[in-house]
Amino acid sequence: MSADTDVEVLRRQGRIVVVGASLAGLRAAETLREQGFTGSLTVIGDEPYEPYDRPPLSKQALLGRARPEDTALPRRRDIDAVWRLGVAAEGLDRDAKQVRLANGDTVAYDRLLITTGTRARPWIHPEEAGLDGVFVLRTRDDSARLCRKLTGGVSRVLVIGAGFTGSEVASACRELGLEVTVAERGPAPLVGALGGVVGAVADRLQRRHGVDLRCGISVTALEGDYVGRLRRAHLSDGSAIDVDVAVVSLGAVRNTEWLAGSGLAAGPRGIACDAGCRVFDVNGIVTDDIYAAGDVARSPHPLFDYQFLSLEHWGNAVEQAEIAAHNMICAGPDRRPHLWLPMFWSSQFGVNIKSVGVPPLGDQLVVAQGTLGEERFVAVYGYRGRVIAAASFDGAKWLGFYQQQIESGAPFPPEYRTVDRRTETLEPVDPAFPDPHLPTHGPTVTLTGHSPSERRIKFVPSHA
Amino acid sequence: MTPDTISAQIIDYANRADPYPLYAELRKTPVRREDDGTYLVSTYYEVRSLANDPRLSNDTRNRPPGYARPGQPAEESGLPPGFIFTDPPVHDRLRDTINRPFGPPHSPRFLDALRGDLTKVVTELLDAFEGKDQVDIVEDFAYPLPVTAICKVLGVPREDEPRFHGWADALAAALDPRPGGDDAEQKGQQARQELGSYLADLIETKRRHPGPGILSALAPDMTPADLEATAVLLLVAGHETTVNAITNTTLTLLRHPDILERFQKEPDLAVPLIEEVLRYEPPVQFVTWTTALADIDVAGTTIPKGSPVWLMLAAANRDPKRFKDPDRFDPDRKDNEHLGFYTGIHYCFGAPLARIELHMAVPELFRRVKFSGPLEDPPPYRTNAVLRGPRHLPVAIEGLTS
Repeated sequence: MSADTDVEVLRRQGRIVVVGASLAGLRAAETLREQGFTGSLTVIGDEPYEPYDRPPLSKQALLGRARPEDTALPRRRDIDAVWRLGVAAEGLDRDAKQVRLANGDTVAYDRLLITTGTRARPWIHPEEAGLDGVFVLRTRDDSARLCRKLTGGVSRVLVIGAGFTGSEVASACRELGLEVTVAERGPAPLVGALGGVVGAVADRLQRRHGVDLRCGISVTALEGDYVGRLRRAHLSDGSAIDVDVAVVSLGAVRNTEWLAGSGLAAGPRGIACDAGCRVFDVNGIVTDDIYAAGDVARSPHPLFDYQFLSLEHWGNAVEQAEIAAHNMICAGPDRRPHLWLPMFWSSQFGVNIKSVGVPPLGDQLVVAQGTLGEERFVAVYGYRGRVIAAASFDGAKWLGFYQQQIESGAPFPPEYRTVDRRTETLEPVDPAFPDPHLPTHGPTVTLTGHSPSERRIKFVPSHA
Repeated sequence: MTPDTISAQIIDYANRADPYPLYAELRKTPVRREDDGTYLVSTYYEVRSLANDPRLSNDTRNRPPGYARPGQPAEESGLPPGFIFTDPPVHDRLRDTINRPFGPPHSPRFLDALRGDLTKVVTELLDAFEGKDQVDIVEDFAYPLPVTAICKVLGVPREDEPRFHGWADALAAALDPRPGGDDAEQKGQQARQELGSYLADLIETKRRHPGPGILSALAPDMTPADLEATAVLLLVAGHETTVNAITNTTLTLLRHPDILERFQKEPDLAVPLIEEVLRYEPPVQFVTWTTALADIDVAGTTIPKGSPVWLMLAAANRDPKRFKDPDRFDPDRKDNEHLGFYTGIHYCFGAPLARIELHMAVPELFRRVKFSGPLEDPPPYRTNAVLRGPRHLPVAIEGLTS
């Protein structure tokens, strides 16, 4: 039987299992059906809910403008799937081609798609994390709980970590009229994703909106009262603040533990796969029946030095899921690469923030349009003399142009005249990204290539 | 601009009723240089990319001497350019300010609140068709509605319409890039000045006695000159575009009786149908007021710094590389990201208002009026090549339902 006949059989009567019932999982399932897959489709999710949208959870939902339970993702089409919701996948047996579920069931597959995404990084001390008033924000339930708490008469909120989620929470709290302290280990908010130069603008924005922002500081302990309610937070500068709510916003952890022992190249930085979303095994050999998409996947990108990129981006989840689904039911020559340009947006303190490309790869930065001072600008990041990324505050409409510049490898710094260019010569500056070895809240793009100072793999040939 | 250039043919009134063959010709050279150094861009992806390109300016003062400078004030008028003819940061500041009373997030219900009044106007206008066997869609229907709407939005007394009608006409005519020897531009400047001082008086009154409409709301936040220039722009833009959109929709439907019949049975067709008209017969056919601030490479051609650039929206809307079977009027078109309202930071400010007006006017017109057909096809067009639309659309009607 030729490989192409196999594909035909697979398309007609194969068994496809999707582990992860969120944005990527849903879009993949829809794409499979759209492209004519008529076999059986099973979608497994650890939460009891059908796929829902996350961006509103840290924005409109906290402000009471949308209910967390109303963010179910719209369906593009009927997918005729068996839904296994509320039960997590616990293991993978590649020899038997089975996914093992937490309730002991097994689900057999011919093709497997992994879209298990990420979860919120929990507070470092488990007992403190269990105090009443300590929250993370990732799921619909998280959002609903936090929402209830914030509207229930709170004196002060502590946000731990000023990445995008933390900053959005702080913004919502201020809009609700709540007192907020933000503790950030790095020198400024958003520093991991956009660097210190742009971070300084976010810093000003937060302070101007009444946030008690404390940078270069970490929270050392959360203290509860005798019935286990959060009362106080201790900071690394020796000070303490009285708070009854703490929102832990320390980035995300990739959900790969369930793959331990499966022989797949899955670890804390995600699941390594090729540009066609096919997962590698631990030997670096590509599998043909296992695919990954969304936040949990990491794959090489030619525009960014073939670094393995792992993107926690809404648009990436959609696009990668579509590519993975397409490739799963295609013959080899028809497969397509996933070469999405990273793109991300946030909304906080009344400002729309957007980025394209990979800012943390940038070694230089210029403000190409507008000014940092007015908090309305486009910052362009350069890497070895070419444009690698751009970030805007209230200037998102221009980013399509900079996207083209990135895609075409345009030289950096840009020398041409543009509208709203405030300086006659563009003097590149250091974008001031923190040393990648220092832990901060995660940037939304993780460059997962090895750092030169780190030697994580030892080659030990077996003795014959 | 010499008369044999393609832009001259587009402007030539003889081609007004059907400029689309010229646009098809134009698309063969996506970026075309005219003899005078003006560049015409006519293909969808190129137009869209330029409209979003920060190297393209809407401030025609960036043109070298000797080129037409639409939108710029005459020396003596002193009125600053309307925000459509400005670049950021001025543009962003003005547009953000004006947006505050006009729409979400600050005034989410402002436009919605106009619906009641506009429904009444539509009903009255159509009631007046009773007993007639022919009407002029432009004079009797398509013109009065947008005028009422823009007066409501601005807070301008509707009964002053006869005073500003002529000025608005002259200003719109000044946007028409007719080749030399015409005094439209000068008339436009004069009209702008006169309309400006009319509005300045009105704004002054509103400063002292605030009333409904955005001019009152804006008076505390804007300089008198900026507000005056904005009021002129909005009044004119609110005049000439929606009239054409309503008329073009009517004419297009009368030319497609099968679709009209379906529309009368399926009122929900209004949404895709109106979008399709905006692609198929956009009320603003092209913009002539952009200028390259740097050398720009587009589709293998370099547009040199300082060149006037015309973005041919109507040609792009019928680009077969973007739209399947583009010359077919197809309300079932799924993928219809047309450029009828432009794109980028200068995306039509009035688009939400225009859509409301179209959705009030078009379904009701075809629900109530039984048409026999147009009395003249093509109907007589306005001279304007940019704001293109019928001057009159006489139609025979058989009756009216209540």
